[in-house]
Amino acid sequence: MIRGRSEAGKPPIEPVTLKILVAGGFGVGKTTFVGAVSEIRPLRTEEVLTEAGRPVDDVTGVEGKRTTTVALDFGRITLREDLVLYLFGTPGQERFWFMWEELTEGALGAVVLADTRRLEGCFPAVDYCERRSIPFVVGVNCFEGAVRYPVEDVREALDLDPSIPVVLCDARERESVKQVLAAVVQHARHHAAAAGRRQVTT
Amino acid sequence: MSTDGQAGHHWFDDEAGPVVRPYAMTRGRTSHAAQHRLDLIAVVVTEPGADDPDTDDALSPEHVEIIERCRDTPQTVAELAADLDLPVGVVRVLVGDLMDQEYVYVNRPVPPAELVDESILRDVINGLRAL
Repeated sequence: MIRGRSEAGKPPIEPVTLKILVAGGFGVGKTTFVGAVSEIRPLRTEEVLTEAGRPVDDVTGVEGKRTTTVALDFGRITLREDLVLYLFGTPGQERFWFMWEELTEGALGAVVLADTRRLEGCFPAVDYCERRSIPFVVGVNCFEGAVRYPVEDVREALDLDPSIPVVLCDARERESVKQVLAAVVQHARHHAAAAGRRQVTT
Repeated sequence: MSTDGQAGHHWFDDEAGPVVRPYAMTRGRTSHAAQHRLDLIAVVVTEPGADDPDTDDALSPEHVEIIERCRDTPQTVAELAADLDLPVGVVRVLVGDLMDQEYVYVNRPVPPAELVDESILRDVINGLRAL
């Protein structure tokens, strides 16, 4: 969009914004992961509880209560003055899954963090991404003291499609987190290209 | 704290919670016609020719704050919510008001499907590696 210059001088830069989700079970290191690369300390924001929370939130005595706080971690990486990547840590509690709808819409892709000591923690996130065809990469967070499993064992345990990348990572390490994010973007490119090919052939 | 310990609850200062409930700022509105589901990463930009918000009595302090913050550095809805310490839903309503009154405009994020053939994703990968 072409706009006139503001009187104060050159117009502010309006960046292209992209988002990647950071999902996984409770305590798997989502906040740490976001914090390792974000140029701002992980900020928390909150959302409004919708009807979706009704069956699980006990509102007896406070029937008029319509809002609750959902913590949502997010971080920012300015790749270029005009290109900014945002990371959103998904809320861990299952009763806040209604938030996922909004978070996943328009997302480039997702990282599903897994902890081999309790792999089942990431099952819901894997299921969600598969069902919605959201391009995702599984990042196995290598906690100290946890047994290191080969990537192929994790893939098998999660019953993942061979096309889904599985990478070992350390959520505390900036370099490691950067690599995982690059893998997500790379995978999203292939994912989109493959979808394009399917459209052409059918 | 009450001194007799029996007379019931007395809350003071921080214990009493926020003085104004968040949705009081939106006069109870939880949605806005103009917001059309503003994405968390939609970028809010102050109109370069916008009137001085301080002279507009219809604006709340939060409205003015958003206009000022987005003047030099456009900000995403999520950043505004975090920086102003307001729920995202409240920020959406306030930004919707400001769009109506042409104080700000909003750049919606490009859907990933439209980025595929562009060089942006390559730029993102290179940018991440170069960090």
